[in-house]
Amino acid sequence: MVIFLTKTHQFPKGGLCSPPRERIEKKRKAALTGGGQLRIAAQHKRGKLTARERLELLLDPDSFVECDMFVEHRCSDFGMEADHNKYPGDSVVTGQGRINGRLVYVFSQDFTVFGGSLSGAHAQKVCKIMDQAMMVGAPVIGLNDSGGARIQEGVESLAGYADIFLRNVMASGVVPQISLIMGPCAGGAVYSPALTDFTFMVKDTSYLFITGPDVVKSVTNEDVTQEELGGAKTHTTVSGVAHRAFENDVDALLNLRDFFNFLPLSNKDPAPVTECHDPRDRPVPGLDTIVPFESTKAYDMLDIVHGVLDEREFFEIMPNYAKNIVVGFARMNGRTVGIVGNQPKVASGCLDINSSVKGARFVRFCDAFNIPIITFVDVPGFLPGTAQEYGGIIRHGAKLLYAFAEATIPKITVITRKAYGGAYDVMSSKHLRGDVNYAWPSAEVAVMGAKGAVQIIFRGKENQAEAEAEYVEKFANPFPAAVRGFVDDIIQPSTTRKRICRDLEVLASKKQTNPWKKHANIPL
Amino acid sequence: MKHHSLLRSIWCHVCFSKQRCGVIICRYSTVYDPNEKVSLIIRDFSLFLTCVIKTCKKMGIKTVAVHSDVDSSAVHVKVADEAVCVGPAPTSKSYLNMDAIMNAIKQTGAQAVHPGYGFLSENKEFAKRLAAEGVTFIGPDTHAIQAMGDKIESKLIAKAAKVNTIPGFDGVVKDAKEAVKIAGEIGYPVMIKASAGGGGKGMRIAWNDEETSDMGFFLSGHISDICANGFCWCLQVLADKHGNALWLNERECSIQRRNQKVVEEAPSTFLDPDTRRAMGEQAVSLANAVKYSSAGTVEFLVDSKKNFYFLEMNTRLQVEHPITECITGLDLVQQMIRIAKGYKLQHKQSDIPINGWAVESRVYAEDPYKSFGLPSIGRLSQYQEPLDLPNVRVDSGIQEGSDISIYYDPMISKLVTYGKTREEALKKMEDALDNYVIRGVTHNIPLLREIIVHPRFVSGVISTKFLPEVYPDGFKGHMLTAGERRELLATAAALYVAAQLRSQKFLGDLRVSVVPAESRQWELCVELDKSVHMLGVSRSGNNYTVEIDGEKVEVSGEWNLASALLPITINGKHRTLQCLLRTAAGEISLQYLGTSFKLRVLSKLAASLSKHMPEKVPEDTSSILRSPMPGSVVAVSVKPGDNVAEGQEICVIEAMKMQNSMTAAKTAKVKSVHCKAGDTVGEGDLLVELE
Repeated sequence: MVIFLTKTHQFPKGGLCSPPRERIEKKRKAALTGGGQLRIAAQHKRGKLTARERLELLLDPDSFVECDMFVEHRCSDFGMEADHNKYPGDSVVTGQGRINGRLVYVFSQDFTVFGGSLSGAHAQKVCKIMDQAMMVGAPVIGLNDSGGARIQEGVESLAGYADIFLRNVMASGVVPQISLIMGPCAGGAVYSPALTDFTFMVKDTSYLFITGPDVVKSVTNEDVTQEELGGAKTHTTVSGVAHRAFENDVDALLNLRDFFNFLPLSNKDPAPVTECHDPRDRPVPGLDTIVPFESTKAYDMLDIVHGVLDEREFFEIMPNYAKNIVVGFARMNGRTVGIVGNQPKVASGCLDINSSVKGARFVRFCDAFNIPIITFVDVPGFLPGTAQEYGGIIRHGAKLLYAFAEATIPKITVITRKAYGGAYDVMSSKHLRGDVNYAWPSAEVAVMGAKGAVQIIFRGKENQAEAEAEYVEKFANPFPAAVRGFVDDIIQPSTTRKRICRDLEVLASKKQTNPWKKHANIPL
Repeated sequence: MKHHSLLRSIWCHVCFSKQRCGVIICRYSTVYDPNEKVSLIIRDFSLFLTCVIKTCKKMGIKTVAVHSDVDSSAVHVKVADEAVCVGPAPTSKSYLNMDAIMNAIKQTGAQAVHPGYGFLSENKEFAKRLAAEGVTFIGPDTHAIQAMGDKIESKLIAKAAKVNTIPGFDGVVKDAKEAVKIAGEIGYPVMIKASAGGGGKGMRIAWNDEETSDMGFFLSGHISDICANGFCWCLQVLADKHGNALWLNERECSIQRRNQKVVEEAPSTFLDPDTRRAMGEQAVSLANAVKYSSAGTVEFLVDSKKNFYFLEMNTRLQVEHPITECITGLDLVQQMIRIAKGYKLQHKQSDIPINGWAVESRVYAEDPYKSFGLPSIGRLSQYQEPLDLPNVRVDSGIQEGSDISIYYDPMISKLVTYGKTREEALKKMEDALDNYVIRGVTHNIPLLREIIVHPRFVSGVISTKFLPEVYPDGFKGHMLTAGERRELLATAAALYVAAQLRSQKFLGDLRVSVVPAESRQWELCVELDKSVHMLGVSRSGNNYTVEIDGEKVEVSGEWNLASALLPITINGKHRTLQCLLRTAAGEISLQYLGTSFKLRVLSKLAASLSKHMPEKVPEDTSSILRSPMPGSVVAVSVKPGDNVAEGQEICVIEAMKMQNSMTAAKTAKVKSVHCKAGDTVGEGDLLVELE
């Protein structure tokens, strides 16, 4: 009797008697179709690709090596133990592959299987490839598309999240970690992307929030849509949670391939160098005229950045958030560099809370992964006001200061115009171990603008205008800094590219270490 | 007096002495708004100043550039031998500061000044002071400039000198009603000219009463009829201070948009020696009538029966003077300097040859897809002139990094090519346009490139209505033939593969080895104008064989991905394309045969997955009116709640002295108005919303 029952009910798919090879094939086939054709069609209808399609596009052709295709969830409650509720591979596809020939570990959550929800097995698969990535020294890319925790599994799912979080933290600074949010990512799940180095989103089809609009309504009585609460626009312009957003899945994955080429595989590797067609000594005549004569007039720092870089190619990070600072990746003579620049076009390029935090995180990433930093300085100071003070500009501004000071990678600084006050110190100054600090002839390194300085020095005195002119003559030029050796040279702007390329070559063998510590204590 | 279109400015160059040579070049501007940024003026002048300086250099004359402090890096300042800063940015403190300029002249020992045009040429005080110092003027005297500068007075003088003049009304029109009445008397079409506009600016053609009354709104100028399908020819004249005058043949200037010249050539294909001589003689007699000395240009309109009528005389070196220099071998700047110095003309009329053919294209920062050229602005992020080609001359006053603003003429340069025959000169022009790199602003190279290869232009059948007749629905860019389409697709595919291959090349010692995808064959999907092509690409070295719909295209080249120019060989033919854009997501923009084409290259896989991507709905544009260009709002004719008819004027935008009437795209009620007269608007800014 028992045997009879077993035969008919327990193995309806493969059957106990069917040969293992056949079962393997069957399971493999099932794994490849994920949640089945209907759910795949639904996924496509939403304008989204399946987990496997995404990996196929992200990785070089035929390079994907899958891991744990046969893993299934272990939940036995609420009917989950039923055979039709088991999917080989569960709700995530994991493995390793190549992007432009370079090794990368990947996981891609499968929304067609239980809405991509995170089970113990799912988490275990992700942890496995992360562990291996750490040992090998290769980046991890996560493609997130998950409804959240597998409610049926309860605490097992929570444990799974925590296991991933721990590995995110352990891998931080060891291998680059990138998250691409391609669907929902809510609740505790958001903290894995938040812990990774870069979070990218797909416009209109991805969301990140702690709690969805329904809960928001019931708790705070706010009416808000998913898109407003946690869409790509919100996170790339308002919250600063995501670093960039792309039009759709295809666009995002192709851009991610491009982005990956900037990164070293691990903290043990130097910044990658690719074949470069742009002459390293190319003059950039446009830079000689870019800084306007009137020091109150704005210009676009990106014009300088684009002019100097290889092929004008700049992968900007957070282009729509805290736009008064510009950060991103580029190449100089083929070598990856990180660019940090004050943007005079937005809020005069001042440093405020958001721009300090944006800049600090970027600088720390570059420092962790041996990417030289080139800083273009045109900063009138920190933004004054109660909003900033109450918001803690002191501790947030300190982050950028801390990040530049702590960094031991090659640091090259170009002061294009203003470098005023404390912000001068912060922006990769000589005093914070800048390796090569240049000033353009238009540079003004001073404690503050002439007007403010004169009001203090000559308080209550007459002929302020005369004093102001004297102050300008004395300080509104690169000499006070140059005669003290705070800048190494005053250079013709059009030669900036040539100079930087030459310096980078020299500094490639730079060795500098900070004192031993358990870990530093950045003012968080 | 009107300021001419290109130079609403004065420039002067001073030169030569036996002991110490020095030329002083100073510039003045008539900026609309006294608060305008002066640094932007540079472009307008430098073009001419550099040209003058070049000649002076050839003559062994030293030049001194006078500049305000903000212009210290302008092109003309760089090329001059000496530079004197005459003051800070505001023109009243520098270029208009007579004392500073007189000081500069003294300080440098300069001995001559070119008064140019604009205020200083009319400033008798300045002229007096120069004379008192014994400093020579270069250029015609004030009297001739004033006489010829006045559209009405010049016609009266011309009539008296027995020069053919256009029948018409030469006077000021009070209002639209009067304009319609006068236009009716003359007979349509008529040309109406705003009194404020110089050159072609403010000139409009009206074909019926309605258009005339529409224009009446703007105009208080004069009306004359226009040869509906005529030619515009300019006779170059040269006159000395001793009553001698020469004509240096014509320049064919009929290809115009908005009555401004675009392509010019010398000589004309249409003109016979007799007409040429008749025109030349009338031009000379006009010059004599105003006691003209220096170089000048007499413009004629010519109808299809070769009847010619005097239009105006330009008392300066014109933009297109280089083509006359090419075919006559004379350096006009040098002649002007000689004449100023009091020398007699070196040549007799019989000495003036026509050698070969010269063509000039005016390269403008403007969008040719909108009314054959609406101004565009921006910063020249990359700029490279095709000067390595032989028989190509580029006169420009800008450089990489220059800003092009809404306040000045959008001319970037004049590109001149020369050949033994017209065919040769035109072929050279094709190459020159293909090799001209301009990035950061929209430019009119697509239109120029199309004009010079158009069968009608090539056959010499040119008229002032060339553009509207050849492109009745507006300019749409180059229309690709099937073969050209294949060439373009193949180039994009090869470029894509070359870039893909390069992105796998990592240098240096690598801890983890790179395993590039080994492939010699690619299946690509290329999208162009919404149609998708499947391409097979195979590679051997730098040579790519691309298979498109069963046809094979061979493409080879250096594939330097950093270079702005992409010189390649397609099926044995040499072509220069330009890669304007190449993104990670497969978008490639190529400038091919002058026109820029947007393509998207994807792997077969990416293309097949793209079909699942949601279509993003572009906004409905019929109910919103956006500014087609940067400029300022002159007038808004509607308010919220008004009902407007399709085609009804909603507002007027002015940029670079040009007024553009914005009309409703449909009949509807006005929902909201987002601009008011006097506002400055950027391209794409929302002006008015309809319901």
